[in-house]
Amino acid sequence: MNANMESILNALPRIRNEARSMQNIVLANLVAIGEVPAPYQHEEGRIRMMLERFSECGLQSCSTDATGNGLAILPGSEGTANILLFSNVDTLADEHAEPSLAFRKDEIVGPFIGDNSMALAAMASLPILLERLQISLKANIIVMGAVRMLGHGNLEGLSGFLNNSGMPVRYGLSLEGVQLGRLNYACLGKLLCEIVVRLPEDYNWVQFGATGAIISMNDIISRINKIPLPRRPHTTIVFGMIRGGVSYRNIARETMLSFEVRSESADLLNQVAQQIEDITEDVAANSGVTVKFDIFARRAPGGLDISHPFVKQMRAIHTALGLQSQLYPTTFALTSLIEKKIPSLVLGLTTGTRRDDLPEMEEAVAIDPMWTGLAQLVGVLLTIDGGFCDVA
Amino acid sequence: MWLKQWLAKRPPAKRVTRPPVDVAAWLQTNTFHHSQFADLRALVAEKEKQHLTISLCIPTLNEEKTIGKEIAVFKSELMSRYHLVDEIAIIDSGSTDKTCEVARAFGADAYLAGAILPETGNRRGKGENLWKAIYQLKGDIIVYVDADIKNIHARFAYGLLAPLLLKPEVKYVKAFYDRPLTVSKGVRVSGGGRVTEILVRPLFSLFFPDLTAIIQPLSGEYAVRREVLESISFPIGYGVETAHLIDVYQCWGLKAFAQTDLDQRVHRNQSTQALGKMAFGILQAFMPRAQTLGLVGEMPEWSQILRQFQVRDNVYEQIESVFQEAERPSMLEIPAYRKKFRRKS
Repeated sequence: MNANMESILNALPRIRNEARSMQNIVLANLVAIGEVPAPYQHEEGRIRMMLERFSECGLQSCSTDATGNGLAILPGSEGTANILLFSNVDTLADEHAEPSLAFRKDEIVGPFIGDNSMALAAMASLPILLERLQISLKANIIVMGAVRMLGHGNLEGLSGFLNNSGMPVRYGLSLEGVQLGRLNYACLGKLLCEIVVRLPEDYNWVQFGATGAIISMNDIISRINKIPLPRRPHTTIVFGMIRGGVSYRNIARETMLSFEVRSESADLLNQVAQQIEDITEDVAANSGVTVKFDIFARRAPGGLDISHPFVKQMRAIHTALGLQSQLYPTTFALTSLIEKKIPSLVLGLTTGTRRDDLPEMEEAVAIDPMWTGLAQLVGVLLTIDGGFCDVA
Repeated sequence: MWLKQWLAKRPPAKRVTRPPVDVAAWLQTNTFHHSQFADLRALVAEKEKQHLTISLCIPTLNEEKTIGKEIAVFKSELMSRYHLVDEIAIIDSGSTDKTCEVARAFGADAYLAGAILPETGNRRGKGENLWKAIYQLKGDIIVYVDADIKNIHARFAYGLLAPLLLKPEVKYVKAFYDRPLTVSKGVRVSGGGRVTEILVRPLFSLFFPDLTAIIQPLSGEYAVRREVLESISFPIGYGVETAHLIDVYQCWGLKAFAQTDLDQRVHRNQSTQALGKMAFGILQAFMPRAQTLGLVGEMPEWSQILRQFQVRDNVYEQIESVFQEAERPSMLEIPAYRKKFRRKS
C-alpha cells in the first residue's frame, strides 16, 4: 500500500468500520482463547488454541519456540523488516480455575479478559482484518503469545524470543486489553521483591502474648512505608500481596509480602533496596524471627523520547480516532525491547474496569471501543510500514 | 380428560414390527465424535453440492447471560468464517430479561413464539418454540441448540449437522456428551442425565429396546431434516425429545438416527423437584404413545397434577403442580405451513 501519513489518518474511520463488521470473529476468538486456562508455567493449552486460530486465519510458520511462546508470521511483500506484536499469555489464575466469559449487550465479563485475553484475540483477528481491507504490508508481522511474563516469570517469554529467535525486530508493539488510548513509550525501573518472615524452630509457643510472624511483618511494612520517596525522579512502592497464618486462633508461623518498587531512576531503586534490606535485618535482629528479603526481578528504566517519531505518529493516530493519548511510563514489557534498542510502544485495545460488583479476578471490557482499538493497530502498522516512524 | 380427547383425535397408530437391530453394529456406523467433522470446509462443500440450506435455532426463555456468547461464536464460526449455516435465530417464549435485545445485538434474528402462527394460539414450553421454528425458519435442516451452554463451541452445531450432510439415510442426529454440573464452586466431573438413567432408559428398555442405543435421549441438541420435522407432532413441554425418538423410530427405524459425542457440556444444574416435573412431562408424552401403539392396555384417566413435598417449619406440605403436556400436530396439518412451503394437503 502506497500511502502518506495523511492518507493513513483519513483511512482510519473506514478501518474502524471494517473492524466493527468483524465483531463476531473477534468475540469468538476471545471466547476460544480466553476460556482456556493459562496460569503461570501452564500456558500450553492457551498457546495451542492460539496457534490453531493463527493457522486458521492464514498465518504462516505457526509454532512454539524453545521458551514455549506461540509464534506465527504474516509475511510482508518485501520481508526486509520484522514488526513484533506480542502479548502475555499467562495469567495470575489458580491452575484449576476454568475461566468462563459472560456476554452482556455492551460488555464482556470474565477473568483476565483485559489482561490479556483481549489482546490475544485481537492478534488472532488482525490477519482477517488486513485481508478484508486488502492491506498488504512490506514488512513481516510476527505475532507472539508470550509465556512466563508475569511475576516470577519476569518477561521470560519475550526475552527468550529476542535472545534466541534470530529474527531481528525493527519495531515492537506490546498489546494490552486495556485501556484504549494508553501510549506507553518508556518504562519505569522496577524491583520485584518478596519478604518472608518465619518463626524460629525454638519459638516459645506457649508463652502468653506470643505474637507470631504477623506482628514482625507489620513492623517491616510500617517501616518500609516510612521510607521517604521523591516525586522527581518519580518513585513508588506498591504492596501487592500478603499471605500468612492458617486460622484466627493459631499463631502464624510464616508470612510473606510481595511488593514492587518503581522508579524513573536506577540509582534510587538501588538506594531503596538497600534501605529495605537494612529494615529487614534490623527487625530480624530485634525480634528473633528469620527474615528473608529477595529481589527476584530487576528491570532498568528507559525507553523512547517523547519526541520520537514513533510516539508522535501514534499520537496523531489517536487524535484522528478521537482519542486523547494517555502518555505515561509503564512498568511492564518494554524493558527487554529497550535493552535491545528496539523502538517499542504499549497500546491498549478497549476500555475496561475492575468493579466492586465483580469477583476480584474478573474484569469487564467494553465491546464498542474494540473497533477503535483495532483501527489504531492497523494504523500504526501502516505508519511503521510506510517509514513514518523512522528517525530521519 | 384432555389426554383422552387428544388420543381420540390421533389417527390410529400402527406399531411397526421391525426386525431386530444389531445395536452394536449401529453404534459402530452411526455414532460419531465431533472431531471427525472438524474440517468445516469439507462440510460446506457437501452442503453446497446438495443445495441444502441450514437454520440454527435456539429456543430461549430468560437467557440473557448466555445467549450473546452462543450467538457470537456460532455467527463467527458457522456464518462468517465458514458458510455452513444460513440463518441463526432465537425463538423466545416471552423472556422478561434482555434475551431478545442481546440476541439481536450479536446478530441473530429474534422471534417471539407467540407472534408465529398466531392463529394456532400460544402455549408456553420449549416444544412450542421448536414447533414454531419449523414454520418460521427456512432451512432444509434445522439444528436446535439449547441456550444455556456455558462452554459453547461451534462443534455443538457442526457435530450434529455433519452426519446429515454425509449420510443421506440419516434424518435425525442427537448429541451426547459428558455432563458435568456446575455447582457453586467448580465443576463436578460426573452426574447429569439423571432423568435419562432412572426414567427414560428403563422405559425404552421395556418398550423400545432399539432406542436404548441412543446414549442421551434427552439431550437438547439435535439436527433434523425438515421432511421429518414437518411430519411429526410436538409435545410442547418436557416430553418433546422422548416423543420425537418414538415417532421417528416408528416411521423410519433406528437407521434414521445418528448420534455425535460433543465432549463436555457445562450447563446449569437442576433441582430434584425440577427433575420430577421433567419426568412427569415425559411420562405424559410417553404413555399415550405406548397405549396407541398397543404396548399397554386400557389405562385409567391420567392425572395432570404432580404432587411433591416440602418441609416448612417441621411441617410437611404438599406442592401440587398442574401439567398438561399438550401436543402440537404435525406442521403438515397446518394450512399456513403448507402454503408457505408449498406442500400438498
